[in-house]
Amino acid sequence: MQQAGALGHSAEAEHTSTGLNHRKLLMWAFLASDCLFFGSLIATYLVNRGRSLVGPYPHEVFSIPLTSYSAFLLLMSSLTMVLALAAVQRGNAKWGRVWLLATALLGIHFLANQGYEFNQFAHEGLTPRTNLFGASFFTLTGFHGAHVTLGVFWLTSIVVISLFRPHTISPKNSLNVEIAGLYWHFVDIVWIAIFTLVYLLQPAPPVGG
Amino acid sequence: MSHRPEAHERPHPTAMTYIAVASVLTVVTVLEVAIYYIEALRPALVPLLLLLSATKFALVVMFYMHLKFDHKLFSALFVGGLWLAIGVIVALLALFQALIR
Repeated sequence: MQQAGALGHSAEAEHTSTGLNHRKLLMWAFLASDCLFFGSLIATYLVNRGRSLVGPYPHEVFSIPLTSYSAFLLLMSSLTMVLALAAVQRGNAKWGRVWLLATALLGIHFLANQGYEFNQFAHEGLTPRTNLFGASFFTLTGFHGAHVTLGVFWLTSIVVISLFRPHTISPKNSLNVEIAGLYWHFVDIVWIAIFTLVYLLQPAPPVGG
Repeated sequence: MSHRPEAHERPHPTAMTYIAVASVLTVVTVLEVAIYYIEALRPALVPLLLLLSATKFALVVMFYMHLKFDHKLFSALFVGGLWLAIGVIVALLALFQALIR
């Protein structure tokens, strides 16, 4: 199923100093800056890990099966997102909407898992005020969850607006979906990093702890 | 001021390629979780997981975000920010001696 010359909107010559579409360029610049944002939060978590004076500690509360499932959900949402873009670039608005909604639903499922996880942690006595682990963990994953939430609203708004103004997801305007997709995939790659650095590479339990 | 077309862009992959990439991503995630539970691999846990994570990261960026097919300026912009972020992480870990704990 070749996507007929699916170069997307950005492939057209733009009347800009770079010849590139500035909305897309701006999104990449934003994502580069967001790398620094999450880099700082991840660094803060890593610096503070293993330094909590009181529990609960990561190995006592983390559920690897649950977070693995969440990681899988976000990876699949990246697939549905890119399929949505491909459909829109082919001029298939109906499937574009279907894949966009699927992406948003997978995002909501991820957020529900995160809400469940946070609730479990609270029941086990871990809140942002409990210890260094709690403070840095909830800040990092909370900001990631906020990004996912924004992405869900963004994708849903594209679908809703396209129902009233179909040209907004026409092949000519596929950049609207492409830019939202870049943001969504970024949220996915941040989780790839968090899943490994926070969940899988846990510090050894404290001595005597 | 010249207005150059984006001559460096290439057609995006097909849906089958996207599905193949998703399959690889799933397999790598399963491998990551398996490695986490295999006690014998504990000594090599850090390099193995970092390698697998970097593989997933690169696959998403190259194929789903289309950096492999888009103009090089997009790659330069993003990779520049990414290296800065990695630099910040390593610098902070070194500053607080977290690398040797």
